[in-house]
Amino acid sequence: MYAEFGDTLDLELNRSLQALAVAIRVRAVPWIRDVVPALCGIALHFDPFHPELPETVLEHCRALLEECFKSASKFEDSGRTVEVPVCYDPFFALDMEEVAAATKLSAQNIRKLHTSAKHWVLMVGFSPGQPYIGGLDPKLSVPRRATPRTRMPKGAVAIANAQTAVYPYETPGGWSIIGRTPLTVFDPSRDPPSLFAPGDRVRFVAISKSEFEKLL
Amino acid sequence: MNLRIIRPGLLTTVQDRGRYGLQHLGVVSCGPMDPVALELANALVGNRKGEAAIEMTVLGPEIEFERDVLISICGAHFDATLAGQALPLNRPVFIEKKSILKTGRALVGSRAYLAVAGGIATTPVLGSRSTYLPAGFGGLEGRQLRAGDSLPLIENVSSVSFQRYKNLAGKKNTADLRTVSWSAPALTLPEREPIVIHAIEGRHYSHFDAAAQRGFFEATWKVSPDSNRMGYRLAGPTLARAEAFEILSEPACLGTVQVPANGLPIALMADHQTTGGYPKIAEIAAADVPRLGQLAPGGAVQFARCTLEQARELRRALRQRVDAGLRSLSWDYRG
Repeated sequence: MYAEFGDTLDLELNRSLQALAVAIRVRAVPWIRDVVPALCGIALHFDPFHPELPETVLEHCRALLEECFKSASKFEDSGRTVEVPVCYDPFFALDMEEVAAATKLSAQNIRKLHTSAKHWVLMVGFSPGQPYIGGLDPKLSVPRRATPRTRMPKGAVAIANAQTAVYPYETPGGWSIIGRTPLTVFDPSRDPPSLFAPGDRVRFVAISKSEFEKLL
Repeated sequence: MNLRIIRPGLLTTVQDRGRYGLQHLGVVSCGPMDPVALELANALVGNRKGEAAIEMTVLGPEIEFERDVLISICGAHFDATLAGQALPLNRPVFIEKKSILKTGRALVGSRAYLAVAGGIATTPVLGSRSTYLPAGFGGLEGRQLRAGDSLPLIENVSSVSFQRYKNLAGKKNTADLRTVSWSAPALTLPEREPIVIHAIEGRHYSHFDAAAQRGFFEATWKVSPDSNRMGYRLAGPTLARAEAFEILSEPACLGTVQVPANGLPIALMADHQTTGGYPKIAEIAAADVPRLGQLAPGGAVQFARCTLEQARELRRALRQRVDAGLRSLSWDYRG
């Protein structure tokens, strides 16, 4: 079941969806397996064969959403700010030249705009721990690359439209790479396994290549 | 207390009920491609629902058991032998230590579950033993099984197996084979192709042009060879959008049929990505996903349009068939 509350990226909406997801998860409804807050909607994944699954799932979900909307405290900052060291060196920033050409900014200015902006995790998805991060300076807005890469390097920090992504695994991807982080984004043996969670604030911090190697 | 892989087969992994509660962190549930067959396989050896078993695909493995064990194989009709003798499927079979189970090709369907009394005892990762191939964790080292692998079983598997076997009704023992005279029903095998899978219109159905809307439900689709546990790529007519449009990435679901820019649909299966940015032309009825999971590459499928209410009815009917199948098993494992 997916409930959509808009079709454009709206930071306020996104933050209330995070609060809504928490309020629903707290209820621990036995037949709901997963609550996934997304960019502008929320998905409730239910067990289709659960013995307690109500006859009218949709109506139940709708009522649940409405109730939880009322009870959901306005988004309270978790206080969590994830600091992400990023090396913007040309060695890692494979698409920096193209982004510089498209935005008419120097690599140095791109780095400055990326590290000084306030970012938020809007959604985590696609692969384990992969964040969709909002708050990109509009001056850095570039479309997706015409031809996606078949393999993004692990830890690639890439931008497209109004967002930044950090790639936890070597997966295909069409965003423009402006740097790389030495951090492990997802590790199932770590608690919590994911570096990012929906609603986290994110601060990108520029590091040098030698610092990158030390942190790896 | 181990089970040793002599020959791995085409794609053999450990799968349990699945890994839930982490989709908001991008971790999908995985689990069996045919959960009905897994449920029956577990029930036959007295396991709880959702216990970890071995999922084999199209070409099965060769396995040596280092202890006496009670096993069952449910799902696709695999050619299976134990010490040269045909191994009956869909039944509990008590086999002696050092026995070698050989499975060959799937003759009908494509996936079967080998359940062992007590389950496969690999270490759970994030609450589940299911193998998550795309990110490489769960199961055995997050990968498909290889020759020489050793899978742990529970400590007292032999005594548990013997106790459970003792409690079975209708035993039929020959010199070489200890099994029973009854069997569990096969509920998810394709009868003849194209198989018919029910689907409701997806969120973005209206964005496709009239030919695509009609074509999706009229065409016979072939499962492409590059299909896997993440998704079935379907070959058939190209599905065009009425006008170019982009959607923001949004959650995807088991059974979602999405259409990338090339116009060829992908049905999302057990290991699917949690979110996606392609428009969704249809959502497959939950009751029909296990049957689709039994279709091998090259297999043919047609989609029949249904309503949400009909999908619910299909779900209820399947549950009744599974429950009836479970009731028909003649054993008492509680003793």
